[in-house]
Amino acid sequence: MLRRLFKDFQGDVLAIPGRLIALVFFLLLFLFPLITQEPYTLRILILANIYVIFAVSWDFLSGYTGQVNFGHALFFGVAAYTAAILNKYIGLQPWATIPIGAIVAVGAGMLMCLPALRLRGPYLSLVTLAFPLIVLGVIKAFPDFTGGEHGITGLARLSDSRLTDYYISAVVMTLSVFIMWKLTDAKSALVRTGIILHAIREDEIAARASGINTIRYKMLAFAIGGFFAGIAGGLLAHFMRIAGPSTLDLMLSFQAIIWTVFGGIVSIYGAVVGVYILYPLMEFLRVIPELRILIFSAIVIVILLFMPEGIAVWIRDKIERECPRCKLTNVWWRRTCRACGASLY
Amino acid sequence: MFQAFVIQMLVTGGVYALLAAGFSLIFGVARMINLAHTAFFMLAAYGMYFCSYQFGLDPISSIILSIVVTTLIAVASYKVFIDRIREHQVTVLLITIALAMVFQELMLLAFGAHFREAPVLIPGYLEVLGVKITNQQLLSIGIVLVVLVCVWALLLRTKLGLAIRATAQDTEIANLMGISVSRVLLITMGIAGALAAVAGVVVAPLWVVYPYMWLSPLVMVMAIVTLGGLGSIKGSVVGAFIIAFVETLVVFLVPAGAFLKLAFALLAMVIILVVRPEGLFGVIFEEERL
Repeated sequence: MLRRLFKDFQGDVLAIPGRLIALVFFLLLFLFPLITQEPYTLRILILANIYVIFAVSWDFLSGYTGQVNFGHALFFGVAAYTAAILNKYIGLQPWATIPIGAIVAVGAGMLMCLPALRLRGPYLSLVTLAFPLIVLGVIKAFPDFTGGEHGITGLARLSDSRLTDYYISAVVMTLSVFIMWKLTDAKSALVRTGIILHAIREDEIAARASGINTIRYKMLAFAIGGFFAGIAGGLLAHFMRIAGPSTLDLMLSFQAIIWTVFGGIVSIYGAVVGVYILYPLMEFLRVIPELRILIFSAIVIVILLFMPEGIAVWIRDKIERECPRCKLTNVWWRRTCRACGASLY
Repeated sequence: MFQAFVIQMLVTGGVYALLAAGFSLIFGVARMINLAHTAFFMLAAYGMYFCSYQFGLDPISSIILSIVVTTLIAVASYKVFIDRIREHQVTVLLITIALAMVFQELMLLAFGAHFREAPVLIPGYLEVLGVKITNQQLLSIGIVLVVLVCVWALLLRTKLGLAIRATAQDTEIANLMGISVSRVLLITMGIAGALAAVAGVVVAPLWVVYPYMWLSPLVMVMAIVTLGGLGSIKGSVVGAFIIAFVETLVVFLVPAGAFLKLAFALLAMVIILVVRPEGLFGVIFEEERL
C-alpha cells in the first residue's frame, strides 16, 4: 500500500517538473515562518495568499469557461461587506462570517448570472463590469449603515497572532487552489467538470449538441468562482479589520485579470505565480512611490510582449515536454518518453 | 432649468458619442477591447492644457497640435505593443490597461495630481430663453456634430471606408481581396485615437483635467457601446445620448447623489441588455455596420 503510494508519488509528482516545483513551493510556504517571523514580511505573504485565492477563482470562472468577468470584485466586495456587517452589528466571529459572506457572494453571482448567461463574449465582460459599480453606488448612498467612503472599521481580528493569521491564510489558500485545480483537471476520471468546462470554452454549441446543459455548468462556474472569491473577501476584511469601497473597486477587478494573465490564463498555477511575483514586487516598489505604478505597468507590458501566454506557461513549456505518442509529460532533458520510449523529437 | 438640462445632456452625450464611436470602431474592426481608449482622451486634454498654458500657443494651433500628437501616440502604441500579440485577446486587453496606467502615471509625474483646465476658444455666452449657454458649450456641440458626420462620410463614401468595413466583416476574405489588413487596422486605430483626441480637446475647457480623468468615462463608454450594440456606430451615438440623459437626470434630480449617476447609468444598460441581449442596434458581426 505504502509502496504503491510512493510509486504514484514518484510517477505523478517527482517526474513532472511543474508539479515538483509546486510541491517545493507549498512546502516552503508552510516552513517559511522558520526563516523569518518579521510582521511586515508575514503581512505581505498573508495578503498574497488572500489575493491568490481571488485570482485563482477568476481564472476558474473566466479562464476555464471563457466568460471573461470584468467585475470579479463584486464577489470579493459583497463577501467583505457581509462579513463586516455580520461581525459589527450581530457580533458573529470570523469562523462564521467568512463562510456566510462567501455564500452571500454566491447569491450575488447567481444574480449576476441572470443577464450574464444571456450574453456572450465581450457583451458579458462589459455587463459584469457594471455590477460591482452599481453595488458601490448603493453603498455610498447609505453611508450611515455601510460607512460610506470610509467603510466599516474595527472588525474582529482573524486570530490573536500574526503567525496564526499566516497559517490560516496559507491553509485556506492551499485548500482552495487544490480544490479548484482538481475541479478543472480535464484528465481526471473522478470529476467531470474539468473536461466539460474546457468543452464550453472551446465550443459552446458543440458542447450543447453533445448533451451538456451548458447553462447549468456556467452557473456552477459562477457559483464556485464566486464562493472562493467571497472567501478571499471575508479573509481580507477580517485581516485588515476594515471593509471599504476599495474592495469593490474597478481596479481590483482588473488586478485579478492582471495577475492571472501575467502568470498564464487557463492554468490555475499561473494565477498563483502571477500573484506571488507581482504582489511582493508592488510592495517592494513602495521605496520609490512616485514611479511605482509606472514601473509595475512597464514590467507587465514587457513580459507579456515576449511571453503573451503568461510567464508560468512559458516556463512550463520550456521545462516540460509532452510525449507525442502517449501524451505523458516528461522532463525537458529526456530524449525518449519515460513510459513508452517514443522519441520526443 | 429645462434648457440647462438639455444643453448639459447634449454636451455630455456628444463627448460620450465621440468616445464611444472610436471605441466601437476599433472593436468592430480589430475585435479588441481597447481599455486605453479614454487614456488617449486624457492625453489630448493634457496636450491642450500644456500647449496653451505652458507652451503659450494660441488655442487653435494647440488643438491641432494635441490632436495630431495624440493620434500619433495611438498609432505608435498599436504598432509597438498590440500588433504582434493580436491573436491573444485577453493579453491585448491587459496590455491596453497597462498602457493606460503608464499614461496616467506619466501625466502624474509631469503635471502632478492637480485639477487643471484649458482656455476656452470663444469666451462669452448667449442667452437662450433665459438660460446662459457659454459659447464653448455651443462650439463643442458643433464640433461633435461635424466630426461624427465626417466619420460617417469616411466610412460610407470613401474607398478607405469600404476597406475598413470589409475588414470588419471578414478579415480573411478582405485579405484575399487584396486589402492590407494590418494597414487597415493601423489606420482604424489612428481614426479611433483621433476621435478620442477630439473629445479630449472639446472637454478640456469644460471639465477638469486630471490624471485619473480616463477611468470614469471608460466605464461609461463601455456601458454605451454595450447597450448600443458592439461594433455599431449608430448604436454608440444613440447609446451615448441615452446614458447622458440618465446621468444628467440623476444629477439634476438628486444633486447630492452625484456618485449615484454611474450606478443608474449602468442599471439602464443592464435593463436594456436583459430585454435585448445584443444591444439596441446589435449588428451580428457579419452584418453591415452603420
